[in-house]
Amino acid sequence: MASTRLHFDVVVIGGGPAGIAAAVTASKSGATVALVDDNPGVGGQIWRGEAQTASTPDAADWFFRLRHSPVQVIAGARVFHLESGKLAAESDRGVLDVSYRDLILATGARELFLPFPGWTLPNVFGAGGLQALMKTGLPVRGKRIVIAGTGPLLFAVASYARKQGAKVLAVCEQTSFQKMARFATATARTAEKMKDALRFAWELRGIPHWTNCWPVAAIGRDDLERVRLSHNGRIRELECDYLACGFHLIPNLELPKYAGCAIANGFVQVDDFQRTSLPHIYCAGEPTSIGGLEMALVEGQIAGHAATRNENAARRLFAERAACARFAAALRSAFEFRPELKFLADPDTFICRCEDVGFERVRQYGSWREAKLHTRCGMGPCQGRVCGSAAEFLFGWHIDSVRPPVFAVQCASLAMVSAASNLNGPKLNGGPQ
Amino acid sequence: MSVSTEVAIVGAGIVGAACAYELARAGLRTIVVDRGFVGGGATAAGMGHIVVMDDSEAQFALTRYSQTLWDALERELPATVEFERCGTIWVATDDEEIAEVRRKCAYYTQRGVAAQLLNGEELREAEPNLRPSLAGGLLVPGDSVLYPPCAAAYLLDRAREHGADVHLGEQVVAIGKHKVSVGGGTIVADHIVNAAGQHAPELTPGINIKPRKGHLVITDRYAGMIHHQLVELGYLKSAHSVTTDSVAFNVQPRKTGQLLIGSSRQYDIAESTVDTRILARMLERAFEYIPRLRGASSIRTWTGFRAATPDKLPLIGRHPDNASVLLAAGHEGLGITTSLATGRLVADQILGRKTEIPIEPYLPSRQMSSAHA
Amino acid sequence: MPETITVRVNGATVEVPAGATAAVAVVMARAKSRVSVAGQPRMPFCGMGTCFECRCEINGETQKRGCQVLCQRDMEIRSNG
Repeated sequence: MASTRLHFDVVVIGGGPAGIAAAVTASKSGATVALVDDNPGVGGQIWRGEAQTASTPDAADWFFRLRHSPVQVIAGARVFHLESGKLAAESDRGVLDVSYRDLILATGARELFLPFPGWTLPNVFGAGGLQALMKTGLPVRGKRIVIAGTGPLLFAVASYARKQGAKVLAVCEQTSFQKMARFATATARTAEKMKDALRFAWELRGIPHWTNCWPVAAIGRDDLERVRLSHNGRIRELECDYLACGFHLIPNLELPKYAGCAIANGFVQVDDFQRTSLPHIYCAGEPTSIGGLEMALVEGQIAGHAATRNENAARRLFAERAACARFAAALRSAFEFRPELKFLADPDTFICRCEDVGFERVRQYGSWREAKLHTRCGMGPCQGRVCGSAAEFLFGWHIDSVRPPVFAVQCASLAMVSAASNLNGPKLNGGPQ
Repeated sequence: MSVSTEVAIVGAGIVGAACAYELARAGLRTIVVDRGFVGGGATAAGMGHIVVMDDSEAQFALTRYSQTLWDALERELPATVEFERCGTIWVATDDEEIAEVRRKCAYYTQRGVAAQLLNGEELREAEPNLRPSLAGGLLVPGDSVLYPPCAAAYLLDRAREHGADVHLGEQVVAIGKHKVSVGGGTIVADHIVNAAGQHAPELTPGINIKPRKGHLVITDRYAGMIHHQLVELGYLKSAHSVTTDSVAFNVQPRKTGQLLIGSSRQYDIAESTVDTRILARMLERAFEYIPRLRGASSIRTWTGFRAATPDKLPLIGRHPDNASVLLAAGHEGLGITTSLATGRLVADQILGRKTEIPIEPYLPSRQMSSAHA
Repeated sequence: MPETITVRVNGATVEVPAGATAAVAVVMARAKSRVSVAGQPRMPFCGMGTCFECRCEINGETQKRGCQVLCQRDMEIRSNG
């Protein structure tokens, strides 16, 4: 297996909006910058597939800037090891052994999936999951789609699906009408968000939007045939082709945890300059708080400036970030999970999809580690990214710390890492499983 | 708060569970205490290989005896235990190792353990994914593998059926004469079994048990890539070494089709952090035997601590000075294999039964002078 | 750049839009990407490379996440075990 040695002044991990903003900003100072991402192209989730044809002026602007910057874009590379000054990423061309002076973690967020009966049926997707598939070419013209879960992402998915010619039957939001209304007023406070909200309202005209609504079961023999929903206490069933269901976003903390960054309240702790608790390591975007696109962009820029010692330029963005933070706070309270979501699963609904472990089996244990050891839940290739995150909400468990490989990679890649030492920081627990 | 019982067992790992299984079945009122959950220590970390070893007569006797007990239990083990009699192949790379293989074969055959010499071609046939130029090996078809945490859980479930009480999440603070002090009070027992693995010395001062750190990697599912547990003969050199860090090729096919890759041994390391350098060495060693492993997806790595004694035999039996305490610890890399025999021997001692194999080699008194309290 | 690409999913020919991933091809073919431990057919789910449900065999290589692989002409996609 080939191993390539590279060095950059600044490495940005994660090619979504935060990462792009960070990389472009850092490169302005003359530093050598690399932008590393697992996906075949950059853009993260929200700008997936938009490098060539952007759907918004913001995206077009940043992709343009990226294209015309000296940033080295390294796509299709998954970072699986990280230490002070170095990281290792696996790509189809072999292992990239990358040394850096400063590191910006912009690993973004992933959807939270909660298990409910039938959620493993073919044609049940994540909400962002269906969007990602549509953006990477899945035709949905004429397909009847139900979109469910929670969070503003549902609107984005519904809008995109409709534009692609799908028949969106309903957008089912678990939060209450009152919370939704409060969120709407919160967004109305910023011009940007207000524009977004009105745009969505127009794009989604005529599509039923139900609050107090969540999926109770996905039903079908070989694949999805219909969705059963609870809406204002009543059961409704909708026949459909696709169900796109996701429960908002959770930060991708695996790399920050692996590195040893301090985590507080479920997010990476950063100071005003997006510095983590570790020297030369910054964090921007969703891993610091689920704040949406504008927050990611401004945090990325601040991190890019800070990593290249342009503190004044960074300071000039603090006010903008503060404004975005207010939206983030509104997001948090609007889409809180209702307790009923803890009880959607049947006893034999799989909570772990990799290992097919049922809800009832997992529930009886007292901790994530105990459940893992005794049921194999979380021992599959997703390394608990799906089931573990669900278990945190469902059972109040705390997922234990991260060990190598941070991402499933070939044994040969893992063998190529010869670490001198782990980063200074809270000790990583390498204990059994 | 004080509770009274006939037997108190400290440790709900595989050894403590096996002791509870034997004692509860024999009709003794048994309490098992563990500061964590079932099988969360070395039991969770190990490979679950049930293997007959020829390091010494005493080690052979214990591993063979225990293996027959596992074989007798096989039919009733639930699917979660993933018991599989896949056999072991000791792999020889050159003529020197072939000579060792022949010696081993004779040793096992003389003692009634089925063993079969494999030349290079036969080895390739048995394991097509081993690299071509290996000299041969020794197939021991009676060896098995299983999944230890669920095995420990099963044994404790059976113990519970016979009236045993299992107290989890309770830290044992001290073991005295007929007394086990836990956080919330005391357990008064006729007999106390210290099955606390690498932590046994904390509760019974004067025993020589030291932790030996090991690393493991598990891959995604590759059904059929290998069929037997494959171990290099150099493994024995690694297990013997008392001072240096070492790695040795040792790969197990799980019933799930996943490959469990080991092994490593390090002394005097208290940290359980995964050392990527050791992983690299261990993996490189494995690639030398199974080149295809290079492309296998590795999902998880972890470490564990084996409880090691200087003579590589566990401590099983009565404490020389405190007749109310029995030791059942120090099993190094053979804890799973020898757990059932340990449980049986401990029960024999407590019940005054004749043991099926001589217990003298394992008695703690060999390590401890009578001066120790 | 061609508008569509021809690939094969479990032997059946599928025309996918240029730029589509192997996962998209699997969904379009109404095939499964893999069979789960308990024998359930599974399809791509999270779309972003974290759930591993889209694992399939691509041009002979197993355990590839289909959502991270762009379709190429005559690509052979097969359901993983």
